[in-house]
Amino acid sequence: MQEYINIFVKSIFIDNMVFAYFLGMCSYLAVSKNVKTSLGLGIAVIFVMIITVPVNYLIEKYVLKEGALAWLGSDFAGIDLSFLSFIVFIATIASMVQLVEMIVERFSPALYNALGIFLPLIAVNCAILGGSLFMSEREYHNLGEATSFGLGSGIGWAIAIIGIAAIREKIQYSQIPAPLRGLGIAFILTGLMGIGFMSFMGIKI
Amino acid sequence: MSESLLSSKNKKLLINPLNKENPITIQVLGICSALAVTVQMKPAIVMALSVVIVTAFSNLIISLLRNTIPPRIRIIVQLVVIAALVILVDQILKAYMYDVSKKLSVFVGLIITNCIIMGRLEAFAMGNKPLPSLIDGIGNGIGYGIILVIISFFRELLGFGNVMGYPIMEKIGIYKIGYEDNGFMISPPMALILVGIIIWIQRSKNPDLIETK
Repeated sequence: MQEYINIFVKSIFIDNMVFAYFLGMCSYLAVSKNVKTSLGLGIAVIFVMIITVPVNYLIEKYVLKEGALAWLGSDFAGIDLSFLSFIVFIATIASMVQLVEMIVERFSPALYNALGIFLPLIAVNCAILGGSLFMSEREYHNLGEATSFGLGSGIGWAIAIIGIAAIREKIQYSQIPAPLRGLGIAFILTGLMGIGFMSFMGIKI
Repeated sequence: MSESLLSSKNKKLLINPLNKENPITIQVLGICSALAVTVQMKPAIVMALSVVIVTAFSNLIISLLRNTIPPRIRIIVQLVVIAALVILVDQILKAYMYDVSKKLSVFVGLIITNCIIMGRLEAFAMGNKPLPSLIDGIGNGIGYGIILVIISFFRELLGFGNVMGYPIMEKIGIYKIGYEDNGFMISPPMALILVGIIIWIQRSKNPDLIETK
């Protein structure tokens, strides 16, 4: 249990998707103009992340890795399909997003309306593919670890976008040098927030 | 081909993304996978080249196929083309430049979801002939690469005192008078702040790019 909590906390604060790896920056900068929409996007990302990372973990473990196909019989034991991982991961993510969209629409129309156009957009959010690729690179030992990593990274991303949206709402009335307005100041603010998050480094539960 | 290779229209396609329509600082596309590889110049240049190759060829291929792709499934077709090209680049890097490929780690794979490529395919290649699309892809790839190289130049120079691995600060002898490398430049937030500064400089030179409130 402790190991799971450790991975969870680490992926929120220390290995934060936005501040440490710059993932999902496109939608992070484009949608962070007010808190309400960024909250919606944040929740959608958490939602998709907690589904795609474990699914991709299972696919990698039982299909793609060297020797992963051994459960089909000894003839398949030597097959290494790991070079296909990019295309399989992105296909999984695209189809999972579609599936999640349909399920949410069917069972919770209120949530569906709140998430709106953000769900389909998430398929090309780098943070989601990044989550799966990091999961495969760091070689988590079991499904639980992969899931807590997915949940943690999603929450970390959501915290980042909600934070910057709140700051950007506040600075709307500030006197910013004209060339820095909009995009420029958003970058510098993200940098400063990143410096803040650096102080979490070394935390271990 | 009715128009020559370097007609003024094609030249514009190549030059514009370098400054006025720069993918990173103006269009805000493709920041995702870029900044993490800018700690040193060598991986940044390799990353920039990979992106140029992928944007150029995916633009070309999609433009050749544009009349046969049903609009409803275009996104998945585009993803497949991009993913195939990225796998090629990744395998070539692994075969010939293993150490750089290790440093780039997941970021080569992340070229797939790099919005700049999707963005150019949607905005340009779906509606234009193959040759202009190829040039547009190269232009945007280079516009993106230039920012990577500029950022990595400053981060490597100020963070390690090197340029392309060559210890330039040591050769000048600047350490003897008490100069020290700024380790902070290597940390991730500085890349973002450098992009902010580049945007600042670029927009104060081109006042028409300034955002209105």
